Amino acid sequence: MSDILNTVPGMPSADSLERSEVKPENHRSEFDVEINGTVGKPFVDNAKMSSRNCNVFYGDKQAIFDVDLDIGNNEILAMIGPSGCGKSTYLRVLNRMNDTIPICRVEGEHTLDGEDIYGKKTDPVLLRARVGMVFQKPNPFPKSIYDNVAYGARLHGLASNRSELDDLVEASLIKAGLFKEVKDDLQKPGTGLSGGQQQRLCIARAIAVDPEVILMDEPTSALDPIATATIEELMDELKSKYTIAIVTHSMQQAARVSQRTAYFHLGKLVEVNETDKVFTNPEHQLTENYITGRFG
Amino acid sequence: MPTQTIIITLIALLIFSYFLGQKRSIAVSSINNGRRDLHSRPHYYGYMVAIWAGIPAVLILLLWTAFNNSIVTSLTISTLPESMQTQSKDSLGLVVNELRNLADSGQIADEADPIKREAASHYQRLQGISKLAKTVIVLVVALLGMIYAWRLINPELRARNVVEKVIRVAMILCACIAILSTVGIVFSVLFESIRFFEAVPPSDFLFGTKWSPQTSIRSDQVGSSGSFGAIPLFVGTLLISTIALVIAVPLGLMSAIYLSEYASKSVRAFAKPTLEILAGIPTVVYGFFAALTVAPFLRDLGESIGLSVASESALAAGLVMGIMIIPFVSSLSDDVISAVPQAMRDGSYGMGATKSETIRQVIIPAALPGIVGGILLAASRAIGETMIVVMAAGLSAKLTINPLEAVTTVTVQIVTLLTGDQEFDSPKTLAAFALGLGLFVITLLLNIVALHIIRKYREQYE
Amino acid sequence: MSNSTDIIRAGLKKRYAREKRFRFFGIVSLLISFAFLLVLLFTIVNKGWPAFQQTYVKLDVELSEDLLKVNKDSDEDALYSANYSKVVKKSLQKMFPGVKGRKQKRALKNIVSNSAAYDIRDKVIENPDLLGTTQSYWFLAKDDIDVFMKGKIDRHLPEDERRIKDYQFVWIDKLIEEDRLEKRFNTVLFSNGDSREPEQSGLKGAIMGSLYTMLVTLLLSFPIAVAAAAYLEEFAPQNNKWVDMIEININNLAAVPSIVFGLLGLAIYINYFGVPRSTPLIGGLVLTLMTLPTIIIASRAAIKSVPPSIKEAAVGLGASKVQVLFQHTLPLAMPGILTGTIIGMAQALGETAPLLMIGMVAFVAEVPNGILDPATVMPVQIYLWSDSPERAFTERTSAAIMVLLAFLVAMNLIAILLRKKFERRW
Ligand SMILES: Nc1ncnc2c1ncn2[C@@H]1O[C@H](COP(=O)(O)OP(=O)(O)OP(=O)(O)O)[C@@H](O)[C@H]1O
Ligand SMILES: [Mg+2]
Repeated sequence: MSDILNTVPGMPSADSLERSEVKPENHRSEFDVEINGTVGKPFVDNAKMSSRNCNVFYGDKQAIFDVDLDIGNNEILAMIGPSGCGKSTYLRVLNRMNDTIPICRVEGEHTLDGEDIYGKKTDPVLLRARVGMVFQKPNPFPKSIYDNVAYGARLHGLASNRSELDDLVEASLIKAGLFKEVKDDLQKPGTGLSGGQQQRLCIARAIAVDPEVILMDEPTSALDPIATATIEELMDELKSKYTIAIVTHSMQQAARVSQRTAYFHLGKLVEVNETDKVFTNPEHQLTENYITGRFG
Repeated sequence: MPTQTIIITLIALLIFSYFLGQKRSIAVSSINNGRRDLHSRPHYYGYMVAIWAGIPAVLILLLWTAFNNSIVTSLTISTLPESMQTQSKDSLGLVVNELRNLADSGQIADEADPIKREAASHYQRLQGISKLAKTVIVLVVALLGMIYAWRLINPELRARNVVEKVIRVAMILCACIAILSTVGIVFSVLFESIRFFEAVPPSDFLFGTKWSPQTSIRSDQVGSSGSFGAIPLFVGTLLISTIALVIAVPLGLMSAIYLSEYASKSVRAFAKPTLEILAGIPTVVYGFFAALTVAPFLRDLGESIGLSVASESALAAGLVMGIMIIPFVSSLSDDVISAVPQAMRDGSYGMGATKSETIRQVIIPAALPGIVGGILLAASRAIGETMIVVMAAGLSAKLTINPLEAVTTVTVQIVTLLTGDQEFDSPKTLAAFALGLGLFVITLLLNIVALHIIRKYREQYE
Repeated sequence: MSNSTDIIRAGLKKRYAREKRFRFFGIVSLLISFAFLLVLLFTIVNKGWPAFQQTYVKLDVELSEDLLKVNKDSDEDALYSANYSKVVKKSLQKMFPGVKGRKQKRALKNIVSNSAAYDIRDKVIENPDLLGTTQSYWFLAKDDIDVFMKGKIDRHLPEDERRIKDYQFVWIDKLIEEDRLEKRFNTVLFSNGDSREPEQSGLKGAIMGSLYTMLVTLLLSFPIAVAAAAYLEEFAPQNNKWVDMIEININNLAAVPSIVFGLLGLAIYINYFGVPRSTPLIGGLVLTLMTLPTIIIASRAAIKSVPPSIKEAAVGLGASKVQVLFQHTLPLAMPGILTGTIIGMAQALGETAPLLMIGMVAFVAEVPNGILDPATVMPVQIYLWSDSPERAFTERTSAAIMVLLAFLVAMNLIAILLRKKFERRW
């Protein structure tokens, strides 16, 4: 029953480290609820990204089953679900990060602005510049704060001279709400910052390449409540310009920041609805079980 | 009895005492209605008796054998006439050698000098007494130990605890051999070096630019000629090691990167052990390859483009040494590169970096301390490498940094100074120990620094 | 689509080109390393394989009692000290009459190795009835002839640039014509000790020397290393200064240049304790110190991998710590320990430098019969032969390397098989 404790709302961080303990099969017998397709509204009119018939395999093991989902322009979509249900895997489908895992195979149609992102013509480098990613654990490079933020811009040749780069770094740090704290220490190593600052540095790094979509995989799970609040505020500001998909274990967080919420269970997309509806009046039994904390 | 026979007798005695002890324990226990009273199982009593019989005897045997010669020699010297005893150490050593040879060859009667004849037969007599005494004492001690332990046996005796205690102490002693060897190394090079520096001032050795130990055979010339300047050797060593590193570091590092970041599993499974073969080939084989194939090849190549390349060029030795170090560099780099956390790679790929950009701008900077540590270890390898340079580098100490010329190295000189015919106490021989001290200190420092860097690096990502 | 997308797209081609180049450098480095390995092995095998053959010459020798100044009834001493090289010379002169001049006469004698006389001596001693008869025997050919027969001397070179002169070619041609020259498998290489004459020199002395040296090394290093490893893993107190010191020393010893161990052997073992130089005993003593760290480190890893649950179960049954060690831990760790030991021994088998310091470079013709006989070892034999100017020795050096590598490959294979066989997941 430790799984239940692990996914109690508001206690997100403990379980994500213990993914291997999770045995999804066990839940089936206890809560014999069939998952037949997705209930709610997985599709939107102004889709920025969309997936159809998404199946993902790690070797022989299937991690995602037939997921259909749209992410609307300039919206924040939250993804919730018990540990090991495939949230991270699905998120990584959207910027082809799964390409870096040799045994991972992705099927289905996935588009960004209507373009097939797994198509022959699509370049993963370009795609990842357009669809940025922020990870669960802050992962600044062992470089200075400045170089961390300038990393993508330098790679992609986005600034033609030093002052342009300076401006870009400054603008990104301002957008990430970090500039005030670090403006005198830009040459100090990024790894020397606090956890919350590091995560904002990673966000600054991601937005410095001017992406259209930002994928966030439990961006606050390693942070304390104050740092979490700062980042949540930041997301609220960012949504005017960017499309954001965020994986979170905190239902409060999902409720606070997102417009729509998707509930994943054992690799299947169970329900997608407006966030208010999901948390007040879920359509699916499994969703209800999860948000009321009856199982994890 | 010769030592071998003593050892065999002793072993037989030990086996006998084991069974004796075992029997005895059963015997004493059955007096008090059966074996159950025994504190330990019978074979522990057997071991205990064998230990009592063996350890004191073996210790005496070892010590006797180790110090026999020096004692007998000094006893012999003390019978020599005063005038011979007070002569210089070197000539006394010669006399002693002569006496020994006389005694061993059994031709004492042919010797003309009556003093020597007398001394040699005295030496022979002493050796005979010593041998006999050794045999008797060792075997008697073994017997006494056996009897003593045999009498100790009674059912309350905690034989198992005794045996286990002895085993533990033996294990501790074995572990301490590591310390003993280090101490041994330090002592052996340090003492001889101090004697060397009594004859040649350290400043001459450390800063002198002329190395020609051959000229110092005439003892009045020692030191004054300044022919023990080690700078050319250090420069030569550095030159060859640098060439080796210049070859091994890029090749090893790039191979490691390719194998850990690009290669498929099957390529890796084949390529890694194949590279390791290079590390398993004995250095004498590399030396042969360098001297017989690479050096002539480079010389001919140089000739064909109008360069004069010495047939024992530093380049040939360095090149081959570089090949030898490649697997060393690559496996160390492989370790540190795989220690870079995946999150770092993900971060870079997530920004849209290509693989090579991620490697060059994130992985290598992140792994840099570890790589530097590995390179330092490789450098210490190169500096201490002997056979390749002995076979492929030159003998004459030329102070140059031109890789096409022949240079000599510290290790080459140690070998040359110690393998020719030599007397042990001449400064020429002692110089080898001073060089050995230098070599030991340099490689030790390099290793300590390198291991420290690597450990710090590992901790960072744990 | 934003402005930055276009910028990125514009730069992509160049970046992928760079990516390709980088990857190419990686492959090239790997291939260069492999190429070095291949060239090295090819050179050795190419140079060495002819040495596994040896040219023999068939001569009809008249075992004349007059020439030898002995007869069937002579005692063995007389038979032993008779001058048999005379009959060899005679038989050559008979086959090639009219050879004049000292130089040519010596060259004629040098068709066969001087071992021919010893061969005849042994045969006569075995069967004195041969005296007075004429016998056909195959003898070792002298190294120059052997080298020529293996096609390593070009007879079209100007005469003064080759070691075999025109008049010698006349003899050789005649010998070939009469089927008196033949290449056979070189048994001498494995049955003889070292020799100054290339055609008579063999590896047996070095192989036996290596064997005895390895025996001493194994007998000393294995128990010491296992005891030390067991102590450090199972008994040593944690955070003890002495234990830390031992560990630091083990790690540093593993990195001390091998030649320094030679200096230790010379100064301490030989000069202080009077261990006889040039013997397998002193070689083994020195190599033990070098092998210890390898075996200790491997044994510690093996002991560490034995699950504590097994040990705890045994302790629960009332076994003492020492009993658990001997009855459970060591047997379970043994495959790992043995693998480490074999690898350590393989290193020791290839080691040369420290042995040069302790007199194992001496020329030893006799095959050693124990750990106190003067001996040399295979790598040192390689070093010695590689230093010899004769062409035939180069060939033999490579052959010796092949033999040494064969031993090393065999040892490593055993280690790999052992590891595979006993690899287990607890
Ligand atoms: N690299 C991988 N190799 C093999 N299987 C994997 C890999 N990554 C994830 N999986 C498997 O895929 C399934 C989904 O994993 P995923 O990481 O997407 O879950 P998650 O919903 O993000 O969980 P969490 O909330 O713990 O982060 C799990 O069963 C997991 O074991
Ligand atoms: Mg996840």
